[in-house]
Amino acid sequence: MSPERTPVEYTSVRELRGPLIVVEGVGGVGWDEFATITLASGERRHGVVLEVRDDLAVVEVLEGTGGMDPAGLRMAFDGRPLTVPVGEGWLGRTCDGRGAPRDGGPPVFGRTSAPVEGMAVNPVRRQPPGEPVLTGIAAVDVLTTLVRGQKLPIFSAAGLPHLELAVQIAAQATTTGERFSVVFAGMGLTHADAFFVQEALAERAAAGELCLLLNTADDPVIERILTPRLALTVAEHLAFDGGRHVLVIMTDMTSYAEALREVSAARGEVPARRAYPGYLYSDLASLYERCGRIVGRPGSVTVLPVLTMPAGDITHPVPDLTGYITEGQIVLARQIHAEGVYPPVDALSSLSRLMRKGAGLGRTRGDHLDVAAQLTAALARARQAGELAELAGESALSPADRRYLAMYPRYLHDFLHQERDRTLALDESLERAWRVLLTLPPGELGMLPTALLDARNSDGSPGAVA
Amino acid sequence: MADLTAAEPPARPVATARILRVAGPLVELENVGGIAMNDLVLLGAERVPAEVVAITTSRVTVQAYEYTGGLAPGRHGFPLGAPVCARLSPGLLGGVFDGLLRPLTDFGDRLAPGTGTDEPPARRWAFDAAVVKGQEVDEGTVIGEAGNPGGPRTRILVPPGCTGEVTYVADSAEHPEDTVLAVVGGTEIRSVTDWPVRRPRPVRERVPARAPLTTGQRVIDLLFPVARGSTVAVPGGFGTGKTLLLQQIAKWCDADVIVYIGCGERGNEMADVITEFAELTDPRTGGRLADRTVIIANTSNMPMMARETSIHTGATVAEYFRDMGHDVVVIADSTSRWAEALREFASRTGELPAEEGYPAGLASALAAFYERAGAVTTLGAGPGSVTVLGAVSPPGGDLAEPVTAHTERCVRGRWTLDRDLAYARHYPAVSWSHSFSRDTDVLGTGRDGQETAGRRAAVAELLAAADRLADLVELVGVGALPAPERVSVLAGRLIREGLLQQSALSPNDAHCTPAKTAALADAVLAVIERCRSLVASGTPPDVVEQADFTALLRAREEAGPGDAATVRAARDTVLAVLGELR
Repeated sequence: MSPERTPVEYTSVRELRGPLIVVEGVGGVGWDEFATITLASGERRHGVVLEVRDDLAVVEVLEGTGGMDPAGLRMAFDGRPLTVPVGEGWLGRTCDGRGAPRDGGPPVFGRTSAPVEGMAVNPVRRQPPGEPVLTGIAAVDVLTTLVRGQKLPIFSAAGLPHLELAVQIAAQATTTGERFSVVFAGMGLTHADAFFVQEALAERAAAGELCLLLNTADDPVIERILTPRLALTVAEHLAFDGGRHVLVIMTDMTSYAEALREVSAARGEVPARRAYPGYLYSDLASLYERCGRIVGRPGSVTVLPVLTMPAGDITHPVPDLTGYITEGQIVLARQIHAEGVYPPVDALSSLSRLMRKGAGLGRTRGDHLDVAAQLTAALARARQAGELAELAGESALSPADRRYLAMYPRYLHDFLHQERDRTLALDESLERAWRVLLTLPPGELGMLPTALLDARNSDGSPGAVA
Repeated sequence: MADLTAAEPPARPVATARILRVAGPLVELENVGGIAMNDLVLLGAERVPAEVVAITTSRVTVQAYEYTGGLAPGRHGFPLGAPVCARLSPGLLGGVFDGLLRPLTDFGDRLAPGTGTDEPPARRWAFDAAVVKGQEVDEGTVIGEAGNPGGPRTRILVPPGCTGEVTYVADSAEHPEDTVLAVVGGTEIRSVTDWPVRRPRPVRERVPARAPLTTGQRVIDLLFPVARGSTVAVPGGFGTGKTLLLQQIAKWCDADVIVYIGCGERGNEMADVITEFAELTDPRTGGRLADRTVIIANTSNMPMMARETSIHTGATVAEYFRDMGHDVVVIADSTSRWAEALREFASRTGELPAEEGYPAGLASALAAFYERAGAVTTLGAGPGSVTVLGAVSPPGGDLAEPVTAHTERCVRGRWTLDRDLAYARHYPAVSWSHSFSRDTDVLGTGRDGQETAGRRAAVAELLAAADRLADLVELVGVGALPAPERVSVLAGRLIREGLLQQSALSPNDAHCTPAKTAALADAVLAVIERCRSLVASGTPPDVVEQADFTALLRAREEAGPGDAATVRAARDTVLAVLGELR
């Protein structure tokens, strides 16, 4: 990837094992350098230096070592860690997990390049996030508002429409009036899914607002480790040098973590919980923490990772460690999906920790936080009432509890449910929330300011007398 | 002990050693002699700082504190002949530092490796002398104060192991940081001093921790109190409000100095702490809250090995202020990330793994950290204390995992955060059934202590009774219970909602004085007692349950942090309501 240098080529391969090559007789090769490997057939592969000891270098091959014959190998080292070209050239393009074009176009060039590992943002130079990204999804915008510079994952399970939701957010999300781009990184997608993503996002890609990086399930495992880093490097440049608000969608992080585990096992590392490497937390953090805003610079990077919880288990290492790093989570629930409601967001398990800072007067709407708090409280009460009704029968409920029980289906169908191609403006989403809330008696709406409530009731909103 | 007093920064390399092996943060160099364990070594042209962790006859193993990309065998490392030190100075209060105590304000937007090793800009401090020439002084004596004019002041002490006559004192004026401020028995004393982070600073003696630390959080001050100089572990799964609780304590507890170690946590959260603390006013001094706080920020994406030192650096800073006679609270969020750094490095050195890949030394490493807490008599003969609050992030909320299990054996208290409480939006989500405090006995002496102990016992008993009944209520409904048990269920609700819940966002209730805590507990207990006697004398329980308790439940929000009178008025309102029931 750096054609400007013709480096020394090394040929004495001592060992090939899993994705690793051990070469001997090297001099001056540094840790974490990028390497280019040429096979006897002329095929080129790429690798990263994992360890250097005396004159030995251990290199991990991104494309795998399949079909390699140690006799014909030539290795050249770059003298620097893996870098990628960055810039606006990525927008509108569809590439594979390593950044090579999938759309038949020329390779992506940029005036500058940046190391894919990135560099940590200085904590004192971080600007606390404070404005929303609007996704056009009622459940997300009203109840778990996504904030610019936030990392907010979607926790899902196999069979739930998380990819559809991620794609819909990628297609719809905006920051009103400001330049906005989306970088979509797919890891371990099936070809059917990759095709779906490409088709659904074609319009936004054509508008030059989207970059697609797709690593399919049959691509080399190790490439999957590179894909999110590539996406974030591209996004960071678009944001902090290009002044854009960038949303990075990474799906599926469980596939990513499995790739990490596979590579870790090949390296012979000591396994930790469920055989994932001990550094899984730090590795995930090195991705998620690349979101944020920087004092005195325009633009922001917002990260929306999507992951499937194996067997729906939220204590599995991948969702668990993700939850420790991210600022909240959006949880999809099977029961709600079974009711035919899309998106099946379980509002009571979901949370956006930065919502308090990114929503409300001057950011979204003055009544937003109160409406969200009241709706969440009402849902909690409706769930309690539902549980009691199942045990003791509906007749055992108090009159108030019965109103809550009646509210729940209205919430599912009149608020939560929306078409997969429909963008709901925030006002519209909030109105939906109001309509659901006004089915409850006014005495139950203690979290809403009285002035707001009076205004609603006097203008004869349809729900007011329900 | 004379070497401990060295105030001169160890800037000059004592040798040059060839690098033999690089594998991430693990680097091996040839052994050129003169290198001791825990010594600082600078690696390569970027001068990446690293610490010696193993020595054989031919090789020295170091752990690097920054990214080692590009470092190759054949390049050189420079041992400094001195252990890894924290640079202690009047610039600490109000500052934000990395794990090696380098000011983060000296770095740019991004933390590139090696950028921090440049010479920092020279700082100047206003000095006020407290000793005169010719005076005989002992170790720990205050020779003066230094700091920014109008900002927080830091006492300058005679270093450990140094006694004698003051032969020189600088003028009370502004001096550059490295100016000699006094000479005692031939030792030069400056406003900055370096101290090895892994060596606890000496004290005259340890004393029993007897004074309470008021955290301002009712559930803690009432049910699980902590003494000054004690240790507490705070385990909690994600989303249980661990960080928020610790931040609240950092803001409102009545310590003199807070050392907040963000160890492997979120960058946005640290940014929040930094901006928020700068804006908040300390209710005790009227100054900025930031001026009593030292923040050590090592976010989860910063180099992992610096996480390992950041804990020790924080403890060293705390001891530095303790030695001036202050009560210091160290908040480490989170010790689990620190343990992960230990595991990571152990795995690279090929150490035999014990539980879940953690090294066998995990338990002793945890114990060594928590033992740096304590109430002491300082070298200067005054009282001082370091209290350690360590967050634990158990994977999957599993409290049997190694870090939680080892930690709870070596701490005096545990505040377990409960996921069910957090999901029910009951904050702070401190579980009353899974938390403990071993400080209750020493704090339960004296008149105040005994009164608090009495309230604690009454509240704990009612909560336990309500918990026992909760399962039954879920099955059969509250209506099927006998009248006294229905009052117990009601009592549980009143205690939870009227006393234990506390909103971090509420201007009135974000923190709470002991007076208000006592008033609220007494009010809730009095109301419960009245309910009990009403039911005993034949009032139907549903009439009591339907009574209007609003005034009592809103009292915590309506009364200011120290306003016991409003709470008592609310109690009287509710007692009057109950008086009218029949």
